[in-house]
Amino acid sequence: MDNQGLKASSDIWVFAEQKNKRLAGVVYELLAPGRRLSDKLGGSLASVLIGYDVSDLAEELLACGVDVVYKVDAPPLAHYNSWLYPRILEKLVKENPPNSLLIGATYAGMSLAPALAARLGVGCSAHCVNLDVDDHGNLLQYVPGFGGSLMAIIISPYSRPQIATIKQGVFTKTESKPGIKKGMIREVAFEFTGPIPVKVLEIKQEKHAGMPLEKAKVVVAGGAGVGSKEGWAKIEELAALMGGAVGATRPAVDEGWAKESQMIGQSGKTVRPELYIGVGISGDIQHTVGIQDAQKIVAINNNPKAPIFKMADYGIVGDYKEIVPLLIEAIAQEKN
Amino acid sequence: MKPLHIIVCVKPVPDFRSPVEFDQKTKTVKRGNVATVINPLDKNALEAALQLKESFGGKVTALSMAPPFAESVLREVLAFGADEAFLLSDPAFAGSDTLATAYVLAQGVKKIRDFDLVITGAASTDGNTAQVGPQVAEHLGLPHASFVTQVKRHSEHSLELTLKTEEGTILAEIDLPALITVSREINEPRTLGLFGIAAAAAKPLHILGSSDLEVDPERVGEKGSPTRIADIREVSFARKSELHEGTPEAISLLVKKFREWGVI
Ligand SMILES: Cc1cc2nc3c(=O)[nH]c(=O)nc-3n(C[C@H](O)[C@H](O)[C@H](O)COP(=O)(O)OP(=O)(O)OC[C@H]3O[C@@H](n4cnc5c(N)ncnc54)[C@H](O)[C@@H]3O)c2cc1C
Ligand SMILES: Nc1ncnc2c1ncn2[C@@H]1O[C@H](COP(=O)(O)O)[C@@H](O)[C@H]1O
Repeated sequence: MDNQGLKASSDIWVFAEQKNKRLAGVVYELLAPGRRLSDKLGGSLASVLIGYDVSDLAEELLACGVDVVYKVDAPPLAHYNSWLYPRILEKLVKENPPNSLLIGATYAGMSLAPALAARLGVGCSAHCVNLDVDDHGNLLQYVPGFGGSLMAIIISPYSRPQIATIKQGVFTKTESKPGIKKGMIREVAFEFTGPIPVKVLEIKQEKHAGMPLEKAKVVVAGGAGVGSKEGWAKIEELAALMGGAVGATRPAVDEGWAKESQMIGQSGKTVRPELYIGVGISGDIQHTVGIQDAQKIVAINNNPKAPIFKMADYGIVGDYKEIVPLLIEAIAQEKN
Repeated sequence: MKPLHIIVCVKPVPDFRSPVEFDQKTKTVKRGNVATVINPLDKNALEAALQLKESFGGKVTALSMAPPFAESVLREVLAFGADEAFLLSDPAFAGSDTLATAYVLAQGVKKIRDFDLVITGAASTDGNTAQVGPQVAEHLGLPHASFVTQVKRHSEHSLELTLKTEEGTILAEIDLPALITVSREINEPRTLGLFGIAAAAAKPLHILGSSDLEVDPERVGEKGSPTRIADIREVSFARKSELHEGTPEAISLLVKKFREWGVI
């Protein structure tokens, strides 16, 4: 594939996903790496804001230090629309191609990014956990992969712009400071005719039961080693006793012990609790990228060679069926 | 309502229960002795298609791009109840990234023709990009919806969908023909019956190569893939760890640490 795609500038764009007149959390997370990369390339940091009645959000982006906000504001754009958004971005990108476009790996982002990449015929990586650029302006897209402790670096050397979706929770949020506004807003007219084959009929907010994983001080996570639904109840009991939330690895979700929203790792959540306890978890990179920033890590596993022990502050070798009940008892006593 | 012809994209993937090995030299995943299974979410995609067919009549066609050994996986898909299967297989397709894979699948869909709906899994267990579905849609000029958790016929020419979001769900309407990618919550895939297995043997399974499809050789395989793996690095999250046998002493020491760390 030779020189596919467009002649690009050195700018970095961040897609400013918004919902109900608020920017998605991941947008704030992408601004710092966006700034770092654009500085390295010698370009500027721009953001694309698509929505309806979103002037306040454009100001908010400027207050976060963005140089240019491309704003497309029209009633049909109020919510993410998988037909309109990729088309609008395609037009913007073709008019003023950036070096790279960073998109949060949210549900909307995971629909938008590949669709846009296909429309442009350019490369797109998924669920990056780190980003950098090389001397040729190639975006280095770090994606945990292939099991074990391997990290793949993906590049799209011959196509521009480069598109990456970035996992939520890996970068630190930029705070808005109204005093620092120096960028500008570029209104882009919404010109679209023709039928729109996808319509949003209704948005339903759901109250999630229990403590959100990302906010919990203590996370007790279980893996394939837990072995059964009954065993899983012990994980939940330990978490409840410590006032924590329950997390899971993918096999535990596949077994139906835990919900998908409880999955931690590359395709799940990133957690930064004060304490993470992993029970019956081997410590595969696809899981551990989601826990590496925990302040303390405790692992319980019956295999002394389990990789998770290497990254644990405190490891206990043994059958969790014996250890966890003893631990529950000991904590309950300590609390009294 | 009119019957629906549904095409389901099925990816044969290595059984994630068997260890995946990476070849440092060729920078590819070694698939040699790993069992090949249907990507789990594609079973949900197939189930969704079969349920729609049961409600409205029509036909379910399975489509896959994979090496010839994946034929057994497509036989299994036929045993579950698909009516016909297409395996797109050609050495020229090797090394395709999501964009090139989606292009080949889209050319396969064009070959099958006269469809109302394409269903894919939201993501695969090996690639896990969640990109192929939306990209097939774009290559075909179809509207798409991702992470569908419920599907209903809305009218003769549209579906009502429930989509997952971070905060809850979205109710959406999509006009046919369309492509949807499904999440695990959408259904509980049926189990394989003996009758299905017997019936599968007689169902049509076509193996098509480049020359049977209208594919631009520049757009498939490594040539047609804009992404590259530049490097693979070992990463270490190692900490200064202390390891204890599971004795009562080790457990009381841990509880003491919990106090020290301020978590109880
Ligand atoms: C593209 C891709 C994305 C992925 N994304 C994710 C992700 O986001 N999150 C995720 O978690 N996984 C993800 N995975 C899966 C990941 O690669 C691993 O398969 C998974 O993390 C392993 O889960 P586990 O540790 O629970 O299971 P295993 O690896 O099977 O480990 C089970 C452990 O339990 C121990 N054990 C067994 N019995 C007992 C007992 N009685 N007491 C104590 N210990 C016991 C065993 O010694 C073993 O170490 C992904 C995979 C791919 C290919
Ligand atoms: N080679 C393939 N053959 C058929 N379907 C595929 C293939 N690759 C991906 N898909 C479909 O695309 C979905 C998402 O895959 P991925 O983008 O790899 O996460 C899968 O669930 C399949 O339905």
